[in-house]
Amino acid sequence: MIEQYLPALSTYAGDIDGVITLIAVLTGFWYVLCNIVFFGFIFRYRAKSGASEYITGEEKELKRWVTIPHLLVLVCDLFIIYGAVRVWVDVKQTLPEQPYATVRVVGQQWAWSFVHPGADGKLDTADDIKTVDDLHIVKDKPYIYELVARDVLHNFSVPVFRLKQDAIPGRVIKGWFTATDTGVYDIQCAEICGIGHGVMGARIHITTEEQHAAWIAENTPANLATAPAAPPERKPLAATALAAR
Amino acid sequence: MAESVPAESAHAHDHHDHHEQSFASKYLFSTDHKIIAMQYMFTGLAMGLIGAFFAYAFRMQLAFPGMDVPFWGQVSAAEYNALVTNHGTIMIFWVAMPVLIAAFGNYLIPLMVGCDDMVFPRLNRLSYQIFLLSAIVLIASFFVEGGAFGGAWTAYPPLSAKAEYSLTPLGSSIWVVAVALEFVAFLLGGINFVTTAMNSRAEGMGMYDIPVVIWMIVIASILFMASVGPLVAGAVMLLFDQTIGTNFFDPDRGGDPVLWQHLFWFFGHPEVYVVLLPAMGITADIMAVFARKKLFAYKTILYTTFATGVLSFMVWAHHQFVAGIDPRMAHVFTITTLLISIPIAELCFVYIATLYKGSITLTTPMLWALAFLFEFLIGGVTGIFLGASGADIYFHDTYFVLAHFHYTFFPIAIIGTYAGITYWFPKMFGRMMNDTLGKIHFWGTIIPFNCIFIPLFFLGMGGQHRRIYNYENFPELAGQGMQDLRVFATVALLVMLAFQVVFVINFIVSLRSGKKAENNPWRANTLEWQTPSPPPHGNFGSEMPKVYRGPYEYSTPGREEDFWPQNAPS
Repeated sequence: MIEQYLPALSTYAGDIDGVITLIAVLTGFWYVLCNIVFFGFIFRYRAKSGASEYITGEEKELKRWVTIPHLLVLVCDLFIIYGAVRVWVDVKQTLPEQPYATVRVVGQQWAWSFVHPGADGKLDTADDIKTVDDLHIVKDKPYIYELVARDVLHNFSVPVFRLKQDAIPGRVIKGWFTATDTGVYDIQCAEICGIGHGVMGARIHITTEEQHAAWIAENTPANLATAPAAPPERKPLAATALAAR
Repeated sequence: MAESVPAESAHAHDHHDHHEQSFASKYLFSTDHKIIAMQYMFTGLAMGLIGAFFAYAFRMQLAFPGMDVPFWGQVSAAEYNALVTNHGTIMIFWVAMPVLIAAFGNYLIPLMVGCDDMVFPRLNRLSYQIFLLSAIVLIASFFVEGGAFGGAWTAYPPLSAKAEYSLTPLGSSIWVVAVALEFVAFLLGGINFVTTAMNSRAEGMGMYDIPVVIWMIVIASILFMASVGPLVAGAVMLLFDQTIGTNFFDPDRGGDPVLWQHLFWFFGHPEVYVVLLPAMGITADIMAVFARKKLFAYKTILYTTFATGVLSFMVWAHHQFVAGIDPRMAHVFTITTLLISIPIAELCFVYIATLYKGSITLTTPMLWALAFLFEFLIGGVTGIFLGASGADIYFHDTYFVLAHFHYTFFPIAIIGTYAGITYWFPKMFGRMMNDTLGKIHFWGTIIPFNCIFIPLFFLGMGGQHRRIYNYENFPELAGQGMQDLRVFATVALLVMLAFQVVFVINFIVSLRSGKKAENNPWRANTLEWQTPSPPPHGNFGSEMPKVYRGPYEYSTPGREEDFWPQNAPS
């Protein structure tokens, strides 16, 4: 259902869409059934069709028309709980055992900044690549993200991954994703974070391993120092957009 | 007080209502539950106008970003946040609560349980006065330096706790004070409702003879009183964080921002049922009257309502699945949340079953009651998507959530209110409302309502997240297709708002020159209809009613009339 609107580009996006479809089918069935009965009664038992009948609702043969559907609703609930919990455990409670890399995602009023490991594949070393507004990752590789916030709550949302996670100041929250295709997509802040919330977007660049290696080579701080035309540190999108107002 | 009143009110009746009361003492400082109900209702409806105006202003900005909104001007990012924040705050705390619980509770409880006034009339008056003060305080926040609070009605810290983050140094504090005052008002009111319904029932009225609407208001009051404590504590902590530099919610100094979320939602979720139950009660009474049917399984309704109330205390963290709580907690709250669909589904089934073999007349109040059920059902089934942790990862904070809860709160606060007003108007004011205008207003509200919020479901499925003043900054949300849906929803809102004029006209014209209402124009059983319209001070004259049967004896076999008032001797 969601794929009509947004491509599903993480390994678990399809599962989340699956739960949504499951719920849509089950609730849709009850919704339609209720409405058929509801409108059926309204049309069938209009005042002109005669007087009303005295029914207390305690009659066994009538009450079972409520109790049996009721138990069936419970059964549907169990299916939904099972589906939801299964996906949840996969997305939120497990981390890949052998991640390709770990990236740090930093939310602050009002921009996303990212720390990528450099050629050594490790965070917090001299060759880390820091960016503002752009996250670069490799397709088909499991990533762990470390989510932090500098000031207020933010929410790291990558709609094409179906991923959302609040960032909380004072905590490091870990999660994971594996992208399944290349491209450039939105990162949004999905928790109100002040007047710049509406401009707190970023982009995720999913590339092949070769492209990513090239990007690393190009952006490694050591290389930049020697390069004649080092790109100036980018101003956060948010700052520019707000200044423009 | 109440003990001494029967004699006093009998006396008052002989002498036409306490001799000449001045306008102020009769309408401003009255302790009469009916006047206080009207005060709550008109204040609530006036606040509703403000809340609707805010919705108009920010919907215009969403449909036509950067435009000069008529009567407002350009909506800046800060103003947008303040508008959505206060739209939510007002609609829930200053419209749904005062109108559904306070106005209908005040008006109906003494009349329907057959007593002359609330048990604590002065407390009742104080409750309204504090409520009025809270409304004034809230509105004042728009006129202070830095503007009104814009951190969403949920007011998550650290944003709400620190002026350097929220940029509204005064607005945030005034907002917290207003909300806390409002809670005090409703605590006072709640004590009154529960005590009156339990202690002042007419002779002969057993627990199972109490109309469902009264039960629902009582249960709602209990839910409110039991859940609001933690939030009041939280509000005080937040106010201290804002003003005197404590750090309850500041992680750098040993506080925890997520603590607020627990306190807020521990109250916030029962709060949904606090306003839902009175609306469901109003609907139940109206459906029984206009289907000329006994409510299907009265006791089942009561027990499921109790079950809903108890369960509603155990679901709060479904608002926080992705908020950084221990992910294992999500399982518990998914299960409890899905379980609460059981009593709610039961209620919907029982309501529908009440129509079975009825004799249905589609009067304006009945249309509203049926519409409540129809629309609330959409709100109910879409809630399942959000209560299921796995699906909520995607839907959290999108317009899907927004559309979902408007499909619950709109039926509650707007449809429930219109149902109640159109149904009890003859009793309240002694005149009938115009049915044709009522139906025009009904269709002019219901059709645009669906046109506003169905597109928002689709926007939410497309990933549009909330509280963004301009989607142009997000490439995936800036497409023409999505913008068209936003424009459509805004136009539908304008149409719906325009149709509310019909209601105002109908209200005023009927008030002045509507057909005189009989005591019991709907041929209903409950006690409020067995006294003059409008009821005199003291409600029932010199002789208080005596109750012989339950409230829903419609179409009883062997009787000529298809109704059987509760106080009619057999």
